[in-house]
Amino acid sequence: MNTRSNAARVLPGFRPSLGWTLAYLTLLVLIPLGATFTKASTLGWSAFRDAVWTERARAAYRVTFGASLTAALVSVVLGLLVAWVLVRYPFPGRRLIDSLIDLPFALPTAVAGLVYSDLYVEKGWLGRFLVPLGIKGAYSWLAIVLVLVFIGMPFVVRTVQPVLAEIDADLEEAAACLGATRWQTFRRVLLPMLLPASLTGFALAFARSLGEYGSVVFVSGNMPYKTEIAPVLIVSRLEEFAYAEATAIAVVLLLLSFSMLVAINLLERWIRHE
Amino acid sequence: MSSAPVSRPLQRSAAKAAVGSVAASRIAREDPAAVRWLLTGLALLVVGVLVVVPVANVFWQAFRGGLGAYWRAIAGDPDTLAAIRLTLTVAPIAVAANTIFGLAAAWTIARFRFPGRAFLTSLIDLPFSVSPVVAGLSLVLLFGLQGYLGPWLRAHGWKIIFATPGIVIATAFVTFPFVARELIPTMEALGDEEEMAAVSLGASGWQTFRRVTLPNVKWGLLYGLILCNARAMGEFGAVYVVSGRITGQTDTIPLRVEKLFQEYKTPESFAVASLLTMLALVTLVLKVFFEERRRRELADAARMESAAEEGGRP
Repeated sequence: MNTRSNAARVLPGFRPSLGWTLAYLTLLVLIPLGATFTKASTLGWSAFRDAVWTERARAAYRVTFGASLTAALVSVVLGLLVAWVLVRYPFPGRRLIDSLIDLPFALPTAVAGLVYSDLYVEKGWLGRFLVPLGIKGAYSWLAIVLVLVFIGMPFVVRTVQPVLAEIDADLEEAAACLGATRWQTFRRVLLPMLLPASLTGFALAFARSLGEYGSVVFVSGNMPYKTEIAPVLIVSRLEEFAYAEATAIAVVLLLLSFSMLVAINLLERWIRHE
Repeated sequence: MSSAPVSRPLQRSAAKAAVGSVAASRIAREDPAAVRWLLTGLALLVVGVLVVVPVANVFWQAFRGGLGAYWRAIAGDPDTLAAIRLTLTVAPIAVAANTIFGLAAAWTIARFRFPGRAFLTSLIDLPFSVSPVVAGLSLVLLFGLQGYLGPWLRAHGWKIIFATPGIVIATAFVTFPFVARELIPTMEALGDEEEMAAVSLGASGWQTFRRVTLPNVKWGLLYGLILCNARAMGEFGAVYVVSGRITGQTDTIPLRVEKLFQEYKTPESFAVASLLTMLALVTLVLKVFFEERRRRELADAARMESAAEEGGRP
């Protein structure tokens, strides 16, 4: 702490760097987002309510919310499995697999959407096995979930992995000495320790899924009332020059994003205090 | 914390005890082989189906018509070439702007304590959770013809929406936090002792930054840069909204992928998508490399620090 207060006195450049940070943040992010709220507020309450609560918009929220929630839950389960194997079981090629986990961060969403739409159609590499079983992984609700799991799972792996690696072997030894089975140790000792990280990963994946556009627009078929997500509805309203309605729906999404941001911050603080 | 000098035999027996406890912990942590195999297999299946198969499919689809067709799909299509040119223009500007911002933000947040610091740190993350479509819309509401600044911009003959400046701004918005997010923890982990030493020896602020800070954070910076670049070149939603998607003029590479797909030119679409996939793979390789270097440098810094601490003791 002492060094810090010294630094504040000794190191130069606080004002210009803070000034630049604030100016850039304000111009690029805060003013545009402010414009969205200002525009929405010119609508008036009843017009706003009518715009955000049409039947088509409600269906779009349901699809967005339901698919994102499902995908985030699936991501937590699969992410825990992958993180566990990567941390605990050495196998040849582990480093390669570990680096591949980050691919969804680097792969453009449009490419993800394009290839996922191709894989699960009737003649696709995976669709040829799944479609005969009645599993439609393209142009359906399931398609949205699949591509959102692709995008969301790395968040879970990357938040759980470091926590899992840090867990002290003593705890598991103690549990084993006290007669716990492996499964009991996992469920009663390890899982509670992984809970905050899993929740953070879940929240990150969920937040990202709520706003996802690029990949979903390729795979979902974008059928109003069925597979149309809220961002797609915003775009189609914009293309009809219905700016007010597009803005109103955008405000709903923004408020959701803000609450997710707050939730993620609280979760991260919780982890640091554990 | 430095360890007290320990006599050799004592050290050896401590080492033996450590080996013993490692063995015990191995037993306590050991899962039955069947469980291990099953879980490893499942994890590989998950990564295979989610990540490996899609990447392989991109290249298979792109090259299934042969190299000639692949080449024609990219180099033979002036609109695709225009899209590549536009992306190569837009991404460097957005990345450069975000890098300068990232350096300023990291210097502010990692080196100083001030009221509102935690709030500022979370504000930097804001664009992560905003839908790209909403980001694009907010720019249209500000700079578009019907937008707040639209009439003024038009009077001065400036076009932002449906033109390159809008694409640059949208890209910068979406990739805003990437460099700052990597630099802040790197600078915090490195500590400020070296910078303080430089300043107290009479270096100016700029000299300190250029000669001490930049070389120290180099790998973290490069790591943030390539991630930011991959996102900038691949950005879809925000650019989709602001660009107007004028073929040959405001289509970036990802928008070109979508347009070809909509026109049922699937092989061409995959050919263009393969370029972005290669970019992602190169980004991953560089990422692993930079991460390794950064980890080594942070470990070195920590070792130096503990050595200095020990040496400073009477």
